Amino acid sequence: MQFSTGYTFGFATVICVVCGIGVAGSAVALKDLQDANAVLDRQTKVLAVVGLVDESTATPEQVKDLFAKRIKPLVVELKTGKPAEGIDAMTFDQSVEAKDPAIGFDAPAGNKAKVLRMPKHGLVYQVVGESGKVERLIIPVEGKGLWSTLYGYLAIESDADTIAGLTFYKHGETPGLGGEVDNPRWKALWPGRKIRNAKGVPTIQVAKGSVGSASEAPNKVDGLSGATLTCNGVTYLLQFWVGEHGFGPYLEGVRAKKG
Amino acid sequence: MATKTKELILDPLFNNNPIAVQILGICSALAVTTKLETAVVMTLGVTVVTAFSNLAVSAIRERIPPSIRIIVQLTVIASLVIVTDQVLKAYMYAISKQLSVFVGLIITNCIVMGRAEAFAMQNPPWRSFVDGIGNGLGYGIVLILVAVVRELLGSGKFAGMAVLPTINEGGWYNPNGLMVLAPGAFFLIAVFIWVLRTVRPQLAEAE
Repeated sequence: MQFSTGYTFGFATVICVVCGIGVAGSAVALKDLQDANAVLDRQTKVLAVVGLVDESTATPEQVKDLFAKRIKPLVVELKTGKPAEGIDAMTFDQSVEAKDPAIGFDAPAGNKAKVLRMPKHGLVYQVVGESGKVERLIIPVEGKGLWSTLYGYLAIESDADTIAGLTFYKHGETPGLGGEVDNPRWKALWPGRKIRNAKGVPTIQVAKGSVGSASEAPNKVDGLSGATLTCNGVTYLLQFWVGEHGFGPYLEGVRAKKG
Repeated sequence: MATKTKELILDPLFNNNPIAVQILGICSALAVTTKLETAVVMTLGVTVVTAFSNLAVSAIRERIPPSIRIIVQLTVIASLVIVTDQVLKAYMYAISKQLSVFVGLIITNCIVMGRAEAFAMQNPPWRSFVDGIGNGLGYGIVLILVAVVRELLGSGKFAGMAVLPTINEGGWYNPNGLMVLAPGAFFLIAVFIWVLRTVRPQLAEAE
């Protein structure tokens, strides 16, 4: 069968238009559902790091309800640690701001967490009790492990010094080795450790081998065997985000208010 | 016709399995088989895409100018893959996050394009549709077999439930690290092909 050049062009155009409508149509029609999923996913992770929900069994209704009742998001200016005015905490996205050439800026060169871009503001999730008192703080952390960037949340008690939990929600470390950062038994080692040492310097670190309980080694956590580089990455990223370039000024402000 | 339809589905499962006999679609078979759950979803994804792309290509096969047929097939397949990806993101968010780029990479899965070109271009829509389902499932059966073995030996689990308690969880089983990495799948697929060709020697290429 012979087809004229005109027919070929016409056919290609029709295919493109039909396929284009199909793709665009599905993307637009499903956008709301997808956005809702992404928000729900983030809320579940936040609630899970402080143990308010079990990630595998929580229903969307539970998550929405608990998040609305118990979590108060707060946007702070990282440099000063002061709450930022005029930014809606419900829609604020740190990673979007970091990429924005007008607001975000390059992270300090040579930082060990290998963070490239910094947002001007950071998003803190305050966990409030039934009475409305702030019980815990959750800050987002990210940094390089061995293969991948680890993204997670660090939960801190209201003294802004004692760790309440650490969870990574996205990483690409080797399953069984660095991937063990997801292991509940390892994560259970974190609560009770202190971010700062006796001198007030943030020295929290993942150490090699077994370091003992939180009272014996307040600033150290057992390393994962076979995953030294991932563990170093965790150390660096924690120290970066609780330090002066990250949420350090904000946490300092919380401590000053307390004491 | 009834037996024909049955054959179209059953043939690709063993006799003409796309992975084991046609050696198509190996790349994604390595990536999504560390866990049974992702393997099952990937199977469904590929089956749906292959079936509908076969259907669409077959429906317009007599109107496609031969000079641009490959790019037309590709456009149809790519559109279907994007729609599948969007649907997964909307209704199965957790799984779509795990499959991440691999849903998008169904486009590059040689099975989809291979069937469109080799079968759908010569056969009527219904037969092509069934052929797509058969090949999707044939791909899936290997994926699922590999995933079961990899999940069991690599993490001591079956479909997410702990079967062999691992040392890290306080049990006795020392997980095989090779199985969670891509080379583990290479070995398993090779073993699978070997077994299949030993059982059915007529499948091996002539020397």
